[in-house]
Amino acid sequence: MTTTVSAPQTAPPDPGSPPRRKRRRKPALPYLLLIPAVVLELAVHIIPMFTGVWMSLKELTQFHIRDWSGAPFIGLDNYRVTLDYNSATGKELFHSFWVTIVFTVLVVALCYAFGLAAAVVLQRPFRGRALLRTLFLTPYALPVYTAVITWSFLLQRDTGALNHVLVDQLHLVDDRPFWLIGGNSFWSLVLVALWKQWPFAFLCLMAGLQGIPQDLYEAAYMDGAGFWRRLRAVTLPMLRPVNQVLLLVLFLWTFNDFNTPYVLFGKAAPNQADLISIHIYESSFVTWNFGLGSAMSVALLLFLAVVSAIYLFFTRKARSDA
Amino acid sequence: MFKRRLAAVAVGALLASTLAACGGSDSGDDAKTLTYWASNQSTSLENDAKILKPELDKFEKQTGIKVKLEVVPWSDLLNRLLAAATSGQGPDVVNIGNTWSASLQATDALVPFDDATLEKVGGKSRFVPAALAASGAEGKPPTAVPLYSLAYSLYYNKKMFADAGIANPPATWEELVADGKKMTKGGKWGLAIEGAHISENSHHAFAFSQQYGGEWFDKSGKATFATPQNAQAIKRYIDFIATDKIANPGNAEYAQNQSVADFASGKAGMLLWQAVGSQLDLRKMNPADWGVAPVPFLSSPPAGGKKVNSMVAGINIAVFKHTKNQDGALDFVKFMTSDAEQTLLNKTYGSLPSVTTVSDDPAFAKPEQKAIQDTLATSAAPLPQVPQESQFETLVGTLMKDLFAEAAKGKSPSASEIQDKLKTAQEQVK
Repeated sequence: MTTTVSAPQTAPPDPGSPPRRKRRRKPALPYLLLIPAVVLELAVHIIPMFTGVWMSLKELTQFHIRDWSGAPFIGLDNYRVTLDYNSATGKELFHSFWVTIVFTVLVVALCYAFGLAAAVVLQRPFRGRALLRTLFLTPYALPVYTAVITWSFLLQRDTGALNHVLVDQLHLVDDRPFWLIGGNSFWSLVLVALWKQWPFAFLCLMAGLQGIPQDLYEAAYMDGAGFWRRLRAVTLPMLRPVNQVLLLVLFLWTFNDFNTPYVLFGKAAPNQADLISIHIYESSFVTWNFGLGSAMSVALLLFLAVVSAIYLFFTRKARSDA
Repeated sequence: MFKRRLAAVAVGALLASTLAACGGSDSGDDAKTLTYWASNQSTSLENDAKILKPELDKFEKQTGIKVKLEVVPWSDLLNRLLAAATSGQGPDVVNIGNTWSASLQATDALVPFDDATLEKVGGKSRFVPAALAASGAEGKPPTAVPLYSLAYSLYYNKKMFADAGIANPPATWEELVADGKKMTKGGKWGLAIEGAHISENSHHAFAFSQQYGGEWFDKSGKATFATPQNAQAIKRYIDFIATDKIANPGNAEYAQNQSVADFASGKAGMLLWQAVGSQLDLRKMNPADWGVAPVPFLSSPPAGGKKVNSMVAGINIAVFKHTKNQDGALDFVKFMTSDAEQTLLNKTYGSLPSVTTVSDDPAFAKPEQKAIQDTLATSAAPLPQVPQESQFETLVGTLMKDLFAEAAKGKSPSASEIQDKLKTAQEQVK
C-alpha cells in the first residue's frame, strides 16, 4: 500500500489565479437531483405557508374568495379577534389550546414510556421477538382513516365492542359509559392517539439502543448497577441525540394532529376533546372565514416555532458527553 | 461525460414532468361539452351515475351537447365548490344543498337567475314558491333553481303503535311524548334522534324555533340566537332525552344514520326524517309496518308562534359564471327541470318535484310523497337565507350535540342555561 498524493492533474494551468482545489471535479449531479424536491417543497409547503400568512392579514370571507387580492386588508384585526381572551372566540380558542397542550403532553409522555419499555425488552433476541416487533408496528402502518374509524365503532356506547366487554361480559361497570361524547371523549382521544403513535417512538428508540455498545452495560453490571440504575446511567444518556429529535417530532405531530379527532368525532368535536387543529378548521372552513382561520394557524405556527426553538436551545446546552 | 449528460437529461425530464403534473383542470371547453357535478342522492355514487347517465344521453340527443358527469360525495362537495369559486375553474353546472344558497350567492361565483334568465329555463311561475324561496337571499335574484324538494315528516311504526294501543299518530308534541312513553319499555324506545349530527340538530332547532316564535337572524342579517324563544325551542327537543326519556340516551352519539337503522329494526317507534321511505325499503323494513304523518305542532303555541313544522329541504341546481357555454348550461338546467326529467328523477330518488306542473303525477301520490308535498305547500319555511347560515348550523348544531351529551348523563338543562350558551354561540358569529 502506498500513499499517493493525488497528482494535481486537474489543477488549473493558470498560475495567476489563487490555487483552486479541484473545482471542476465537484459534481453538479447531486444538486440537480435535488431540484425536483426543492421545487415541490416550495410549491407544496413554503409558498402556501406564506400565502396563509398573507391571508391572515385580510378579511377573506365568502364575499371575497373569488378575488383574493380584492379582499380588504385589515392588518392584525384577525389576530386581535382570535387572541382576545375576553371575547367568546378568544375564550374558545384558549380552551382548545389548553386541551391540546394537556393532550400532547400526555400522549408524548406515554408514547415515549411505552416505546422505551418495548425497545428495552425487545433488545435481546428471544423466540417470537420478530413476531412481537411486527405486531407492535402494525398500528403505525395502518392507514389513518381505517384505523381510527374502527376505533370509533369500537367505542360506540350501545353497539361497540369495548362496552360489550366491560358491561356485558366482565360486568365491571353497570351503567354503559359514553366514550365519544362527554368527559370520556378526551381519554378516548388520548388512547387512540397513543395507540397510533407509540410504534414510532418504539422504532426510533430501538434503532437508538442498537447504537449503545454492550461493554458499557457490562461495565455497569460489574459495578453492581441494577436494571433501573443501568437505564438511568447508561441507556438514557446514550440515547440523548435520539431523544432530542424524537420528543420534538412527537410533540409537533401530536400537537397538530387533525386526522385522529376528525375521524373519531366527525366535524364537531365534543368540548372536552376540542383539539386546536379541529377548532381552527371549524372556525374557518366550516364558517367560510378563511382570514380568521389563517390568523389562528399563524398564531399556532409562531407558538410551535418558539417552543421548538427554546427546546432545541436547552437541549443543545448539554454537559459535554463522553 | 456521457453519464453526466444522461443524468442531466433525466433530471430535466423529472423536473418537466413534475411541473406538468401541477397543471390545472378544465371545464367544458367548447360549445359542445358541459361538465356537471351531481350530488349524492342515492345509496352510492355509482348508483347516482347509473341513474343520471341515460338522462344525460337524452340531453345529448336533443341538443348535441355532451355532458361530462361527476358525482361528488357530500363530504367533499362544498370544499370543491369553494375551490371552483376561488380558482375560476371547475364545472359548468352543479348541484348544491339549498342551505348553501345564500353563502354561495355571496361569493358572486354563480349566475344569478334574474327574471330574464329564469325565462330561459321556463319562467319563475314554474317553480314551487317555497322551494324557490330557498335559493338565495330575499330581495336578490335566486342564485340557483330548485331541483329536488324534500321536507321532514314523522315516520311511525304502525305495529308498535297498535301494540301500545295508540290509534293515530300524534298531531302535537304533547301527544308525541305521551305516545313515546307508552312505547318506551322492554329495551324499545318511543323516538329515535340523531343527536350528534350537527346539520340535523340545526334543522330541528329551526323548525321548533319557528313554532315558538323565535328567529335566528333579524332583517339586517344580524344573529339573534340568544332569545328565550330559541332557548325554549331547543329545550323542547333536548327534553326528549333529558326529561321525557322517550329516546335512548345512546342517541346522543348518533351521527351516521343510526336512528334510521333503529327505526327500521323496530327499536324505536317514531322518527323525524326527510323522505326516508326508500332507505327503509333498502333496510328491509316491511312497508306495511310504517306510516307517515306531518311533523307535530305545539298544542298551545305562544304568541308569535308560526305554523311551521319543517325547513324547506332540497337540492338546487346552479351555473358557474366562469362557464364558457352559458347558453348550453342554461339549456341543461331547463332540461333537468323539465316535466319529464322532474317526474323521472324525483320518482327514483323519492323526493318531490320542484316544479308545480307535475305534482299530480301518480308517482307522487304515495302517502309519503303526499305528506311531504303538503308540508312543502303549507307548513315549510326556508332556513335563514343569509351568508352566515353555515355558522348558524355549526354553532347551534354543536351546542345541541353538547346538550344531548349532558342530557344522556341525566342532566336536564334549563331554558336560561341554554340561553347563556346561545349567547356564547352568537358572539362567535362573524
